[in-house]
Amino acid sequence: MQELTITSGRNMAHIDPNLSIWGWEIPVYLYLGGLVAGILFFSALYFLRGKSDEMPTVVRVTPLLAPFILGIGLFVLFLDLEYKLHVFRFYTNIRLESPMSWGSWTIGVVFPLSLLWAAIHVTDVFPNWRWPFQWLKRFVLMAQTYARPIAWILILYSVILGMYTGILLSAFNARPIWNTAIMGPLFLASGLSTGLALNLLLSKNKAEKHIIGRVDVMAIGTEIFLIIHMFMGLLASTEIHIKAAELFLGGPYTAFFWIFVVGLGLMLPALLELLEIRGKVGVSKIPALLVLAGGFVLRYIIVEAGQFSQWGL
Amino acid sequence: MARYAMVIDTRRCVGCADCVVACKTENNVADGFCRDWIVQDVRGGYPDLQMEIRSERCNHCENAPCVRCCPTGASTIAVGGIVIVERDECTGCKACIASCPYDARFVHPEGFVDKCTFCIHRVKEGLNPACVSVCPTKCMFFGDLDDPDSEVSKLLKARPNHALFPEAGTKPKIYYLT
Repeated sequence: MQELTITSGRNMAHIDPNLSIWGWEIPVYLYLGGLVAGILFFSALYFLRGKSDEMPTVVRVTPLLAPFILGIGLFVLFLDLEYKLHVFRFYTNIRLESPMSWGSWTIGVVFPLSLLWAAIHVTDVFPNWRWPFQWLKRFVLMAQTYARPIAWILILYSVILGMYTGILLSAFNARPIWNTAIMGPLFLASGLSTGLALNLLLSKNKAEKHIIGRVDVMAIGTEIFLIIHMFMGLLASTEIHIKAAELFLGGPYTAFFWIFVVGLGLMLPALLELLEIRGKVGVSKIPALLVLAGGFVLRYIIVEAGQFSQWGL
Repeated sequence: MARYAMVIDTRRCVGCADCVVACKTENNVADGFCRDWIVQDVRGGYPDLQMEIRSERCNHCENAPCVRCCPTGASTIAVGGIVIVERDECTGCKACIASCPYDARFVHPEGFVDKCTFCIHRVKEGLNPACVSVCPTKCMFFGDLDDPDSEVSKLLKARPNHALFPEAGTKPKIYYLT
């Protein structure tokens, strides 16, 4: 038996007894970042495959929301900074060893790209759209001629964005539950799935909905596969990693994780989407809403549990 | 270049917390926070108990995860391998706090991240850190690991010792003599 008692000093705000430095802001940002990655990835993918007319929501409509969603995410991230006046410091340094530095530079590319991609498609969705300046109109018209290379760049950067939201956490060796390389692909898969779910929610085209539903089932299947692998990896690792996995396998997060993330956020929507595809149940917005909620709960619980898991007792 | 480390004799330490008070006074540490603290580590089952009292702080790791994860370079390695935070560079993103297996960092009420500096301002003048200089049982030692004749090098050669979570791969530089 071992008992550690801090007899002097400590009991510091947000550090003791467990880390609570990151509240709701970080999971919201990671969630919205993943969602935008999903939106942009599938928009660019189906655009390149020439499906713009078959899948108008995925290619043209939802990307119009992407810069706004990412903007909200970045604002929330800004709220989390303790030294807000120094936010510009992210862009006066390039730190190759720091995933957060990579992330801020990725955002520096993705945010303008998402604006450009929305600008390219805005006249398709709103035919009466008028640009306020001639130079802006000329610029967007020029961008439209380069839409294919831009789409390729978007695919690359949306994957980087989706992965980075997980890698950001997995790089912390001090928090065993985060410290698994699966976190990057898991958050990417979840981001792709939530992006599809938002499309499913907005789409009014039955054929399009069917395609989205089918792809989403694959994304959810991948997520479940990655979650299983995450636990396999942790359980096969050192004692602190085993303890971290046990937080979800009998520990305080067990019921919440398996019911709200795996059950209601992954299994049930996948089942409903499968039944919808086979025409066994009517098409509804329920699976999309469940996926969107489950994606957020996944981020929230992982960020929370990571701060709970530590090297000490 | 020097490689500063601290050696603490757990057989002499009584956990009086003079080091904690000295640090707060010397560095004007914000209310409700501390850069060093005392841990009582009790192992075994009654009546076969063992207790180790440790004065803990930032380990000024050679492979410092806080320095690696810092997106702005605010967490950096200064003279003698001392890990410091450049206040002007810090955004308060708290990545370094999450990266530290020793939970040695905290957010200063003014927004930047703060922690033990080995009293770098004193070390540059050839003085010991405040905690070492006030220890009434003389159980704390500070010096250069690269100098084989330094007190810390000699103690580490002569006495069994351990560091905290060396398996985290951080190469900590606070050693506890047992």
